[in-house]
Amino acid sequence: MSLKRLKMQLVRLGLLLIPLFMVGGLLVHHWVPAQAQADDTLRLLYWQAPTLLNPHLSTGTKDFEASRLVYEPLASFDAEGEMVPFLAAEIPSIENGGVAEDLSAVTWKLKSGVTWADGEPFTAEDVVFTYEYISNPEVGAITSEYYADIASVEALDPSTVKVTFKEPTVAWFVPFVGTNGMIIPKHVFETYNGPNSREAPANLAPIGTGPYITEDVKPGDVIVYVANENFREEGKPFFKRVELKGGGDATSAARAVLQTGDADYAWNTQVEAAVLAQLEAAGIGRVVAKPGPNMERIVINFSDPNVEKDGQRSHKDVPHPFLTDLNVRKALSLAMDRQTIADQIYGVAGTPTNDYVLSPENIRANAPWEFNLEEAAKLLDEAGWVDSNNNGIRDKDGVEMRMVFQTSVNPVRQKTQEIIKQDLGKIGIDLELRSIDASIFFDSEPNNPDNLGHFYADLQMYTTGNDNPDPTGYMRRYLCEEIAQKENNWANANDSRYCNPTYDAMFAELVRMMDPEERDEQVKKMNNFLTVEDVAVIPLIDRTSPAAAANSLDGIDLTPWDLEPWNIKDWTRKS
Amino acid sequence: MTRYLINRLLISIPTLLAISVVVFAILALAPGDPMAEFATNPAITAEVRENIRRSLGLDQPIYIRYVKWLWAFVRGDMGFSFNSRSPVVNLILQRLPTTLWVVGTAYLLAALLAVPLGVISALKRYTFFDQVVTTLAFVGFSLPTFFTGILFIIIFSVQLRWFPFIYNSTLRVTNWATFMAQVRQSIMPVMVLVLFQAAVLMRFVRASMLEQMNRDYVRTARAKGLRNFVVVNRHILRNALIPVVTLVALDIPTVFTGALVTEQIFRVPGIGALLVDSIYRGDTPVVMAITFIYAILIVIFNLVADILYGILDPRVQYTR
Amino acid sequence: MSASSSTLSQTTAPERPPRTLWGDAWRRFRRDKLALFGAATLIIIVLACVVGPLVYTASHRQIDFSRAQIPPSWAHPFGTNDLGQDVLARVLRGGRVSLSVGITSMLVAITVGTLIGAISGFYGGWLDVALMRFTDLFLSLPQLPVLLMVIFLFRETLRRLAGPETGIFLLMVLVIGSLNWMSVARLVRASFLSVREMDFVLAAQAIGAPAHRLIWIHIFPNVLSPVIVAATLSVGTAIITESTLSFLGLGFPPDTPTWGRLLFDARDYLEQAPHMAFFPGLMIFLTVLSINFVGDGLRDALDPQMRLR
Repeated sequence: MSLKRLKMQLVRLGLLLIPLFMVGGLLVHHWVPAQAQADDTLRLLYWQAPTLLNPHLSTGTKDFEASRLVYEPLASFDAEGEMVPFLAAEIPSIENGGVAEDLSAVTWKLKSGVTWADGEPFTAEDVVFTYEYISNPEVGAITSEYYADIASVEALDPSTVKVTFKEPTVAWFVPFVGTNGMIIPKHVFETYNGPNSREAPANLAPIGTGPYITEDVKPGDVIVYVANENFREEGKPFFKRVELKGGGDATSAARAVLQTGDADYAWNTQVEAAVLAQLEAAGIGRVVAKPGPNMERIVINFSDPNVEKDGQRSHKDVPHPFLTDLNVRKALSLAMDRQTIADQIYGVAGTPTNDYVLSPENIRANAPWEFNLEEAAKLLDEAGWVDSNNNGIRDKDGVEMRMVFQTSVNPVRQKTQEIIKQDLGKIGIDLELRSIDASIFFDSEPNNPDNLGHFYADLQMYTTGNDNPDPTGYMRRYLCEEIAQKENNWANANDSRYCNPTYDAMFAELVRMMDPEERDEQVKKMNNFLTVEDVAVIPLIDRTSPAAAANSLDGIDLTPWDLEPWNIKDWTRKS
Repeated sequence: MTRYLINRLLISIPTLLAISVVVFAILALAPGDPMAEFATNPAITAEVRENIRRSLGLDQPIYIRYVKWLWAFVRGDMGFSFNSRSPVVNLILQRLPTTLWVVGTAYLLAALLAVPLGVISALKRYTFFDQVVTTLAFVGFSLPTFFTGILFIIIFSVQLRWFPFIYNSTLRVTNWATFMAQVRQSIMPVMVLVLFQAAVLMRFVRASMLEQMNRDYVRTARAKGLRNFVVVNRHILRNALIPVVTLVALDIPTVFTGALVTEQIFRVPGIGALLVDSIYRGDTPVVMAITFIYAILIVIFNLVADILYGILDPRVQYTR
Repeated sequence: MSASSSTLSQTTAPERPPRTLWGDAWRRFRRDKLALFGAATLIIIVLACVVGPLVYTASHRQIDFSRAQIPPSWAHPFGTNDLGQDVLARVLRGGRVSLSVGITSMLVAITVGTLIGAISGFYGGWLDVALMRFTDLFLSLPQLPVLLMVIFLFRETLRRLAGPETGIFLLMVLVIGSLNWMSVARLVRASFLSVREMDFVLAAQAIGAPAHRLIWIHIFPNVLSPVIVAATLSVGTAIITESTLSFLGLGFPPDTPTWGRLLFDARDYLEQAPHMAFFPGLMIFLTVLSINFVGDGLRDALDPQMRLR
């Protein structure tokens, strides 16, 4: 090709490019920076898009979150575990007579003069109706389990409602409180309290008592809220308009808040530490951690997953060949490099822990832990687990220390698995890693051998925690009677098949205790028994749920026991 | 002609039925259910699950659900979404304009760009121009769209700050400023799609041109002493574009299903994003409706393509 | 294939090779510089992925946070990723998976397509009608959604049957292959329809050649060229499809490196560690590019119309 022709071609290409640049220039010329948008509009970004605005029919946390701007519970818990009234006039207690002496009932006084967004008055009848709606099996409410202990809910007068329990309970504050306690209006849902519950128009056009009402709802995309003119608090909320945009992925959501300022607040930015730190360096936003009770743990199988008995593996009567040995479990706990996992993989979203119960703070035991491979190796040597056949893997009586370690598919979990595999390999324990799709791993189908209830592996890793400040239900998980087996369709919570009469006895004491401080001490004692003395479970990470917020946003106060917009009426923008 | 049309439409009915059976069966046989996210939640007991399944009508046998679905669809009722509990029709109608705007614009631009480029690069085969265009085309379809999308965000949103990367579907175009805002927020998703579509189409146009250029009739035309322009314009182009036109017609239904990946990246609330979400969440009614409408569109546009073929190419006769 | 036939023609007739289809094709292919470049690149990439991990012995899984996100250096020619794993080792490993997905699913598509097209075109009649309806059915399925759906819904079943990697590999190859055979089937059928009526086939039929001989010996070689071109192109498509599935979280298990997965994992680090994305991206690009060049070259080389030039 001659030089002249080449030149001609270049000129022609250039001619093609000129209009492109002109168009580009025109567009850039009209560019309005995102910051110049109205200050009284709050832009929320949820990478999972809400699809439904009825908390009791939610299909995910996202729906609860989006509903919380509109609906309110009677009360909620703040980050310190203190109760905060919403629709209740005061917090019931034994002293003020709200809670019955024998813990069999609780009487709530409601705020007077509260109206629904459409002007109808809010009364005790609405609370009663909410209970009827949730407990109606034909409705299929997602929250119904939280109301299962209730015997009756009755309106004593328009501003007093009495909840009677089937049995006395310390957890009288579960119904109508926090995430699962949002009250819905009787006059709107009355005709949809049945199989037609999903046809209610109010599922997408909610009428609540909260600070906002919806203006435009596009399920799976965006929800536009405007301030509720009938909201009881004068001058609140600060933001006249809230746009909740959904979809995309966590990283770009964090990017929009921290780096480009396209949004003010992004929910649940579970992004790798290094990435988040780099985005935060732009200086226009910050990462706020939502503290929580959720703990990433390694669950130990005390039964043998490789022996079949009575049509099931992991039978409680077939003990595991080496995980039943306390020294082995102690060695495993010592071989967990919690600090590296927390720093390198979780970043702001996690800190190392060895506690079974994390929240509230006053019942946290802060159990000790260390990462010490030599000590772990020594314990194994002492227990008789040595590499007698020189294949690099410890053994004893012909049993090799090989384990299957399963968890759900999730990049963070797979990386954690890799780190643990490497460290255990150094002390002569071989791990086979398995990752199972989350929808399979976490399901509860009796015929799915891959879920965590069946636990057909030696170790498994996942996150859970207590869902209210009272950990009693959560402590039940390690009782003998809670062992997950075929007989109960693997639906019981003790997937570990752990059974220790000492622990059962401690739990029995806990249930009998009424004094709060005594209870707290007992929980701590049980905590240390589970994680240090008997190593029934290996806690790894105290997981927080990070959110990204613009620096101009004030008033954010996240609590483990309620949704992130729980105090959105107090959010303001610094000028 | 009319008989031919009727024949074709009648033949397509069993095909459509077969498709609906296949898709329904795939969905129904799958493990997991719409409640996947709550699986770890100990409060969602087996009983609660059963209640939810019943309220969604999932407790009935598969064949009954299928017959019910089909009968409702024929009457124009696509049912309720499991996730938003709102009618599927509303969800689709809500998202259709966005999809048509973004994906449709992209397709149009791609066609406008690809045809001339393809023609020129075929005529100037093996020249510098051809090689540049060809290489660009290869870049276009050898980079996955998720990657070009993220690259664009980093370059144009983060570094240059030219365009926003969150698609705002509440924007109403009322004046010049809002129109420009609409254009600006659409540029990146559209460009990602254009890059890919134009590349594919351009290669096709080029190949089709090359095929015609060596035909006997072209040589005859040239031998007659016709000017190059006339040969290209009247003879080659007309014949070469026939398969291109039909290909474009056959591709139009894909505009409806949207762009799964691109919509996800730029948060464009289109049909594609709806479809992906619905697949993940086991929202059978939505998946069924979208795939089935797509199948119907395919059948219709197949017919359109055939008719176009007949109009453009007089040699084609409609028989049967 | 073309290389061996050329040596063959040289040994039999050193002075003036007889003009065979393959000989001609090879000569024309040789003159096409882009196609030659493509073929060379492709061979290098395939060799690197097959032999590379044996020569370059750095571990592709060894995690070491002390050396995370290092740019390319002598110790790590392609740098390291966010976990401190060696990117070159992962690219080579990933290439094995990506290339085998591409090639195997191409084979599935070509086999199914050719079989259906050949039977349909050769026998005609009701069989033709039925098979073409079947082809239409597959054409009216929305490709990516169906692909997504099938993989999303059935990967766990296959994983259980065949293990995490093999299971997803089988599923992916089968699904990508079985959604791509339709155009091949149509091409083959069309060619069969026209070739079937040609004199040499009629002659072979007249002397009593059985059907399978007619199909495979007499007709099939004549429809080979569109099939080869379609085959090369579908390898590229399959590699891209695999990476898109990885993006949507439905690809191989997260710890199995494939080019698509590597590119996907690098997406968050584009600013800090662009090399993490650059190398896998380059490999996908080069592979698809060279496959297409080869495909183009083959089409030109095999097309009888082109011979006139």
